[in-house]
Amino acid sequence: MSSETHHTQEHDHAEHDTMSRKKIWQVFFVLLGITVIEFIIALYMVPKGIIPLTIANPIYIILTLAKAFYIVAYFMHLKFEKIGLMYSIIVPTLFIIGLILVLTNESHHWVDLR
Amino acid sequence: MSTTAVTSPIDEVKTTPWAGGRSPFSVEYGKMMMWFFLLSDAFTFSSLLIAYGALRFSSTSWPAADRIFQSVPGMVEHGAPLVFVGIMTFILIMSSVTMVLGVEAGHRGARKEVAGWLIATVIGGFMFLGCQALEWSHLFHEGFNWGKIPHEIGEFFPEGVAPSTVYTQQFANLFFTITGFHGFHVFSGVIINIIILINVLAGTYDRRGSYLMVEKVGLYWHFVDLVWVFVFTFFYLV
Repeated sequence: MSSETHHTQEHDHAEHDTMSRKKIWQVFFVLLGITVIEFIIALYMVPKGIIPLTIANPIYIILTLAKAFYIVAYFMHLKFEKIGLMYSIIVPTLFIIGLILVLTNESHHWVDLR
Repeated sequence: MSTTAVTSPIDEVKTTPWAGGRSPFSVEYGKMMMWFFLLSDAFTFSSLLIAYGALRFSSTSWPAADRIFQSVPGMVEHGAPLVFVGIMTFILIMSSVTMVLGVEAGHRGARKEVAGWLIATVIGGFMFLGCQALEWSHLFHEGFNWGKIPHEIGEFFPEGVAPSTVYTQQFANLFFTITGFHGFHVFSGVIINIIILINVLAGTYDRRGSYLMVEKVGLYWHFVDLVWVFVFTFFYLV
């Protein structure tokens, strides 16, 4: 038991080097910056007609995925985990893309039913 | 064992990650299970959000978020689109930062710092829940609820779009269900954070020699933040 805890501590120290307080605040400002950009698009650029909604929506989704990457990779530490754990978490989420494709396709048929 | 002179290759202890010599994921059991729980939760939330997307795609008109979310409760009744949800988003990102700072302090074994950051995280969680309660009560006051919408819905649709009671109702149901489910997760997260905070103050993790529990609840808390990022985009921006 004691050797196990010792091992965990060593492991933690190794991780500590990759996620310093400076890095945490950097990621925070990235997340804040992306959110501010989203608000500028939603409250200024779209109402003023600088970009149409059809272009704004994909931008929102890309920015959201960027935020998701920063949260999962840095805050949740996945970037510094072993590659096996990374893949076993990331690969199953690809099924979500399948559901998106199936249901968006299906929803086009619902339009005809209405 | 070391006394015997010859060890055949078959008796050698293998050391490569996938040969059984050591843990391939190099992560503690509970932390790995938290990851897989979060994976399953990600499927739950994406099912809800994709169902919302499918219903919205198949609609002929949909209420515009910047026309529904116009108020900052207690300050502005009308004419401040998305300001309040901006504050809520900021609070949740901020509480995610305090959580990760707590995890970082835990790696150094600094008990007082961990406790301080966890208290900040709990406060952030309660602030978010308070904001959500205010927003919900404001919507209830306007006449929205599960299965219930205001009589006058024209103001919620963009100009030139025919208002639809059916789609407004779908919007209300989906909004309360999905933000409610997320809010329930935030509430659970706050409770779990409080439990961990009590353990930190009691010195449980000092005795255990590891603050890994803080890391595990941190994962859950960041996931709640992650879900909000998606809810925010698909309910308030798109």
